[in-house]
Amino acid sequence: MVASNTNPKSKRIVIQPVTRVEGHGKVTILLDENNKVKQARLHIVEFRGFERFIQGRPFWEMPVVVQRLCGICPVSHHLCAAKAIDQIVGGENLTPPAEKLRRLMHYGQTFQSHSLHFFHLASPDLLFGFNADPSIRNIIGVAAEYPELAKQGILMRKFGQEVIKATSGKKIHGTGAIPGGMNKNLSIHERDELLKDIDQMVQWSHGALNIAKNYTLEHMDTALEFGTFESNHMSIIREDGAMDLYNGGLRAIDKDGNKIFDHVDNQKYTDIIAEEVKNWSYMKFPFIKSIGTENGWYRVGPLSRVNTCDFIDTPEAEAARIEFKDITGGKPNHLTLAYHWARMIEVLHSIEKIKELLHDPDLQGKDLVTKGDRRDEGIGVIEAPRGTLFHHYKVNKDDQVTMCNLIVSTTSNNEAMNRAVQKVAEDHLSGQPEITEGMLNHVEVATRAYDPCLSCATHDMAQMPLKVTLLNVDGQVIDERIKQ
Amino acid sequence: MPGKITLEIDGVQIEADQGQYLIDAADNAGVYIPRLCHKPGLEPYGSCRLCTVVVNGRHCSACTTPVANNMVVENATENLQDFRKMIVEMLFVEGNHFCMFCEKSGNCELQGIAYRLGITAPQFPYLWTKKEVDASHPDILIDHNRCILCARCVRTSKDLDGKHVFDFTERGDKKKISVNSSARLAGTDVDITDQALDSCPVGALLRKREGYQVPVGQRLYDLKPIGTNIESPSTDNDKK
Ligand code: FES
Repeated sequence: MVASNTNPKSKRIVIQPVTRVEGHGKVTILLDENNKVKQARLHIVEFRGFERFIQGRPFWEMPVVVQRLCGICPVSHHLCAAKAIDQIVGGENLTPPAEKLRRLMHYGQTFQSHSLHFFHLASPDLLFGFNADPSIRNIIGVAAEYPELAKQGILMRKFGQEVIKATSGKKIHGTGAIPGGMNKNLSIHERDELLKDIDQMVQWSHGALNIAKNYTLEHMDTALEFGTFESNHMSIIREDGAMDLYNGGLRAIDKDGNKIFDHVDNQKYTDIIAEEVKNWSYMKFPFIKSIGTENGWYRVGPLSRVNTCDFIDTPEAEAARIEFKDITGGKPNHLTLAYHWARMIEVLHSIEKIKELLHDPDLQGKDLVTKGDRRDEGIGVIEAPRGTLFHHYKVNKDDQVTMCNLIVSTTSNNEAMNRAVQKVAEDHLSGQPEITEGMLNHVEVATRAYDPCLSCATHDMAQMPLKVTLLNVDGQVIDERIKQ
Repeated sequence: MPGKITLEIDGVQIEADQGQYLIDAADNAGVYIPRLCHKPGLEPYGSCRLCTVVVNGRHCSACTTPVANNMVVENATENLQDFRKMIVEMLFVEGNHFCMFCEKSGNCELQGIAYRLGITAPQFPYLWTKKEVDASHPDILIDHNRCILCARCVRTSKDLDGKHVFDFTERGDKKKISVNSSARLAGTDVDITDQALDSCPVGALLRKREGYQVPVGQRLYDLKPIGTNIESPSTDNDKK
């Protein structure tokens, strides 16, 4: 973190990189002469090289190529691209074994990604407090103080990775999903290996859920104001209104829980969602068309999913959802800090789903691929750990990709994260004579609640240098730094 | 036995048939000499130089050198392995090889040899030459990004398929595989059943829409390193 004086009248503070979020980002806070926050923004440098790179590539490469966008949630991209490409080969009505195997992979991914976020990235703030000494407030500190918890975090993540390996061939960047289905089933041996640990995982998931829940309830005063604002929420939803992380129509609700749209065929996403470009950020700002750019922004991710769904179809996560909804009297929950609690409800849901699937004999099925009429356009939508993810491809008659558009979850949360940063900066930094590390960490905590994945958001294949440019009020560049 | 001779490879005596090429004699004796342009069933070609060995003190390609009685051959020496590494690294930087998502990954001879030689990253700078994909044929595609100019498709099409679909055009670093039609691959008489399609050691000549069907862990070189079938012929690996 760097604090720099830039101008005799106003002072610009740059927090970079945002630590403990995936990838790189930058927050700038502009103070006026009285140390009041003038403006606070999260900048993410979007790099559109990827869409160019895949032009002309054969369409069946997509599920394997696009997952390289991200080292944290590659399975979401793998499956989302596969869902889009299913439509190109007319294979979107998967065989039951193929759909269940993909779901197993996806729940494994959600389980590992959420566990990683909670234990490694979020727990230091929750366990030690936002103002705690940064030398303790990290995963090493957690391991020293709460060794059992740290161990659980590592083993839960590992379990999720084993599920991914069993379904895709590798813990990271496998090939399981192919156009119209899957290239492998789950052997009895693989199933039995996973079943050995499943009950332990369910138990630990309850433990993690309790930490997140109790934290929120015990710190309700903080949570009620911390980076909190009302918003629309969006996710996909099963036909009967159940939470569904893999498939469903699009549902959006407003701040009071009224439906803005419901069960919209995700092939028609461009009818309801558009992306706005702002001059100060390379990252686009998606919004709900019917409401417009000003108020049409929405949140996605665990909090939104728990808000949008009517119920969860696994008993223990459903009980947790009911408890969660009780605190807002059934209305949508808008607390930024409640993302952690919602995320852990999903961890429990994912592990319950994994358990259910492991006992399903369809996973040993051999009917794994289906094909139908060839199309030249395909759209895949999935609930990635961080929220709704869209993959859209067009292909020519020679099977080459001619167009690709991705809306990643972090992009959907762009406006919300900026609002959270602005709110926290105003509440915790404004008018203070001195800016402390703890105050700056408050800003990061607000961003971190959304678990932003900046490498997804920037569509970058490799590590990208971070360029920081400082401008004074007259727009002159006074400092520039590049971080490799 | 008539026509039998003996020679020595890396200090080990082997028997060979008179008139055999050194690489075939080594194969029969269970000694793997790395190769890319050589393929059983095709005439010796000698272009990739990966099979370079030292015979009686002189460098030569094992795929074009006939055996002789009492030959003394060096094969798996450090010098020769280093030399082979250099060739493979040059192939990697000349083309645009993204093993991480290539559909031939795990079944690719170039990748297999790179792993066997212990190459992690090439020591030369990548050239990033812009190359084309010819996807004009409904069932077959050529990705020039991955072509290593081994001429196996050229020779297989001509000698085994009796067609002459492929040949080279241009020279030097512009050299590339071309097809016998100005309308690209779609205009040729190449067929999905042509043996030429199976002759490509890399992911340059492919049947469309078949990629990634074999799961990671079950692909050819996931199971055993390239060359294992020659060293311990009981495995099914490499039966190509
Ligand atoms: S294999 Fe002998 S020169 Fe290519």
